[in-house]
Amino acid sequence: MGLKRMLNVARDDAGFASEGGASRRTFLKVSAAAGGGLLIGFYLPAVRAAPATAANAGAFAPNAFVLIGRDDTVTLIMPQVEMGQGTYTSMPMLIAEELEVDLGQIALEAAPPDDRRYANSLIGFQVTGGSSSVRAMWEPLRRAGAVARVMLISAAAQGWNVDPTSCRAEKGEVIHGPTGRKLRYGALADTAAALPVPDNVALKDAKAFKLIGTPAKRLDTPDKVNGKALFGIDVKIPGMKIATVAACPVFGGKLARVDDSTAIEIKGVRQVVRLDDAVAVVADHMWAAIQGLAALDIEWDEGPNAKVSSADIVRQMETALQKPGVVGRKDGDVAKAMAGAAMKVEAVYQVPFLAHATMEPMNCTVHVRQDGCDVWVGSQVVSRAQATAAEVTGLPLEQVQVFNHFLGGGFGRRLEVDFVTQAVRIAKQVDGPVKVVWTREEDIQHDIYRPYYYDRMTAGLDAQGLPIAWRHRVTGSSIEARWLPAAMKDGLDTDAVEGAAVELQYAIPNILVDYVRQEPPGLTTGWWRGVGPTHNIFMVESFIDELAAAAKKDPLEYRRALLAKSPRARTVLDLAAEKAGWGQPLPLGVGRGVSLQFAFGTYLSQVAEVAVSKDGEVLIQRVVCAVDCGIIVNPDTVKAQIEGGIILGLTAAQFGEITLKNGRVEQSNFNDYRALRINEAPTIEVHLVISAEAPGGIGEPGTVGIAPAVANAIFAATGKRIRKLPVKDQLRSA
Amino acid sequence: MVTLQINGNEHRLDIPEDMPLLWVLRDVVGLTGTKFGCGIAQCGACTVHIDGRPIRSCVIPAAGLADRTITTIEAIGETPSGRKVQQAWLDVEVIQCGYCQSGQIMSAAALLANNPNPSDADIDAAMSGNICRCGTYQRIRTAIKQAAQPG
Repeated sequence: MGLKRMLNVARDDAGFASEGGASRRTFLKVSAAAGGGLLIGFYLPAVRAAPATAANAGAFAPNAFVLIGRDDTVTLIMPQVEMGQGTYTSMPMLIAEELEVDLGQIALEAAPPDDRRYANSLIGFQVTGGSSSVRAMWEPLRRAGAVARVMLISAAAQGWNVDPTSCRAEKGEVIHGPTGRKLRYGALADTAAALPVPDNVALKDAKAFKLIGTPAKRLDTPDKVNGKALFGIDVKIPGMKIATVAACPVFGGKLARVDDSTAIEIKGVRQVVRLDDAVAVVADHMWAAIQGLAALDIEWDEGPNAKVSSADIVRQMETALQKPGVVGRKDGDVAKAMAGAAMKVEAVYQVPFLAHATMEPMNCTVHVRQDGCDVWVGSQVVSRAQATAAEVTGLPLEQVQVFNHFLGGGFGRRLEVDFVTQAVRIAKQVDGPVKVVWTREEDIQHDIYRPYYYDRMTAGLDAQGLPIAWRHRVTGSSIEARWLPAAMKDGLDTDAVEGAAVELQYAIPNILVDYVRQEPPGLTTGWWRGVGPTHNIFMVESFIDELAAAAKKDPLEYRRALLAKSPRARTVLDLAAEKAGWGQPLPLGVGRGVSLQFAFGTYLSQVAEVAVSKDGEVLIQRVVCAVDCGIIVNPDTVKAQIEGGIILGLTAAQFGEITLKNGRVEQSNFNDYRALRINEAPTIEVHLVISAEAPGGIGEPGTVGIAPAVANAIFAATGKRIRKLPVKDQLRSA
Repeated sequence: MVTLQINGNEHRLDIPEDMPLLWVLRDVVGLTGTKFGCGIAQCGACTVHIDGRPIRSCVIPAAGLADRTITTIEAIGETPSGRKVQQAWLDVEVIQCGYCQSGQIMSAAALLANNPNPSDADIDAAMSGNICRCGTYQRIRTAIKQAAQPG
C-alpha cells in the first residue's frame, strides 16, 4: 500500500496522535499490574526521548516496550496484532534476540490504542497491515531488547563493583565472566530502572543471531488447539447481551419502518434497536437474536443505489479507461517507441470485487456508560476503533478503552472500523454491555470490498520480439483517498499502481504506467490481502506471458532476458523454475505457468502446474514457490504465510467474485461465495533464498502471484488466455 | 428443560426447542472454543462430537440430544486421538489465525478414532467440510498423517 510513500507520511504527520492522558493512564496500569520493575521504551525518529525510569515512564513516547518484573517475567506489549501471520512470535523473537532471554520466558499483552507509542513507522499510526510488521519493527524492537540488556548488565556490574565489559547476558541472567557470579534479570530490574538510558547501543551482527533465522515455535498456538484462545467473538462480560444486525441490503439506503411486534414476543429477545440504516435485535443469546431478526417486518428506503448492477459498474469503468490518467511511472517516450515497433500487442484485463470472508465474522462488544465506553474487538487498527467509539459516544478519547483480541483472520477486513462504529451506535441504546455479531450473510453482503480493476495493457515489440514500449493503464477506485489520503501523491493512488510502476522489474526502455480513478456506485472498496500488487501482478505477469507467446518464445526465457539488471528477481525466477522442473514434459491437458513479482520488499516467483479436463474443469496440482524476503526472522512462519497466501489467492482466482444486482450483493455465504477446500488444494513447495538484505514483508506476497501463474498454466495447457478473473467455468464451453 | 452431557458434565438447561447446539454451547454454557462460521453447515468451524461422530453444531437442535454424549474442543484432549491430533497440530505448526482449527481438530480426531491409518482420499473425505481461509490444508494433511503414526 504505497509504503515507501507512507514512510514519509509517518514522519511528517502526527495527525493520528492521541493525547498524553490516555497513554499515561494506560501505561501506569500496565506497569502496576506487572508489579513494577524495569521499563524500556524506544522511539520513533520524530519522537523526543525521555529517561527510562518507572517513575517518569508516563512521559515516554515509545511505540512499544519491554517490561521486566521483579519476578523475572518479561512482558512485551504487542503493538502488532496477531491474525495468523505469526507476529506474536516474530516480534518477541526480535526482542529476545537482543535481550538474551528464551522465547518461552516472554509474556505477551496486546497494546492499548496509542498512536504515539505504537505507531507503525511504515504507515504512520497504530496499524497491522501491508506486510509491514517485521519491516517496521525490525530495528526498534531489537534496539529495545539491546538497551534493556545493556542496562541490566550495568546494574549487575554496579552491584558487583566490576567493569560491565567483564559481564555478559545469557538466558535471562547477567553473568560476571571472571567469577561466574550470576543475577537473574528480575533481581536487577529495580536497579536498572534507575539508570540512564544509553543513547547508542550496538546491535548484534547477523552472524551472531541465535534466534532470528531459526524456526521458532509459535507462542500463540498452544491455546488454539484446546479452545482457550479468545477471539473478539468469544468475549464474555457479566450482564452482556447478544445482538445481531441487518443493515439496509442496498448500500446507502435507510430504514423506513420496522414492525417488531412478532420479534419482541420471541423468548430471549430483549430489545429491538433502530439505527438510521440498520436494525439490531438484542437478546439473551445469538439464536434468539437471529430468530428475532428473521421475525422483523422491515421496510427500507433503498436510496440512490437501488438499481445498481455489476454490469453498470463495469460499463462505467470501460468508459473511464479512456480518460486521461495520473502518471505512476514514465520512462523514455512510449508513444514514439510504440510507433516504431515491429509488433504491437494489446489486451484488457479485469479482476472482480472480492469479499474477505474471514472465518470469524465481524463482531464487536461494547459497553457504553455515562462516564466511559469499553470496546472488546479484534482489530488491525485499535486506535481507529478507539477514535470511532469516542466520536459516536461524544466521550473524550481517554474515556474509551479498547481491549484487542486475537483476530479470526484479517486479510484487510479488520483494517476497517465500520462494524465497530455500528456496534457502538447500537450499544448507546442498550443498558449494559452488548456483543454485536454479524451473521455470515451480513458479513459477505456488508463487506468493504477489494476494488474492481479494469486495466489496459499495450506493448510494442522489436524485431526480436522483445518489448521496447510498455503501456499500462490502471482503472479502479482509490482506497488511499478514503483510508489514508496523506499517502496520495498528486492525485495518484500509490497502492493502485503498486507492483506495476517503480517495482516493475523488467528492463524495458519506454514505460508509461498511469491511473484513472473511478469510484463504483453502491459499495465501498478497501484493502484485501496483497492489495495493489494482487491486481497489478495478475495484469503484468499475464501480459508478459502474452508477449512471450507473441514472440514465440519460452515464457521463462523471455522473462530472464529482461532481468539482466535485477539479480534478485532472476534468482527467485530461476530457483522456482528449477525446482518445478520447468521444461520437463507434462501429460496432455496439463500446463505450467510462471509468475514473478517484487512487492512489499520481497522477491517471489511461482510456478503452477494446472490440469484442465476435457470438459473444462481446472485442477491446480502443484505450486512451487521461491522467495527472497531478505533476512528471515522465522523461516517456518515465512513458509506458512506463503502456503496460506497461495490458497487465499487460488480461492479468489478460481471462484472469488462479488456481484451486485438491484443494489444488493448477490452472494451470501460459503455456498455461493466459495472457498477452496482441502480436496482442491495443491501441494505447495516453498524454497527460501538465503539473503543478508533487509527484511521484506511476507504476509501478502504468496497471494499476489498465484493468479497469473495459474492463468499462464491454463494457457500452456489449453491455449486459452484468461483475461478476467475468476476462472470459474470460463473453460467449460471451450 | 433439557439435560445435556457435555464433556462429562451434566447441564440442566432451559432452552428453546429449536436452538442449535452451537449457541447453547457458546452463549448458554459458556464454552466458546466451538466457533460460529456460517450457520448453515458449510464451513465446519462449529464441529463437535456427538457420541464420537463429528457433527456441525450450528444446525443441530440441542433439545434432541438429551441422552447423547457431547464432546467439544475443550475436552477433546482427554481422548487418545484428540490428544495426538492436538500434539501433531503443534508439532507441524498447522495453525495460523486458529479460528477454524477447533473444528479442524474435531474432524481430524473423529477421523483417526475410526480410521487409524487414513489415506489421502480418506483425509479429503473427512476434512473437506472444514474451510480454512488462512489456507493451512497442506499442514493439516501432514499433521493427520503424523498423528496416525503409532506411539
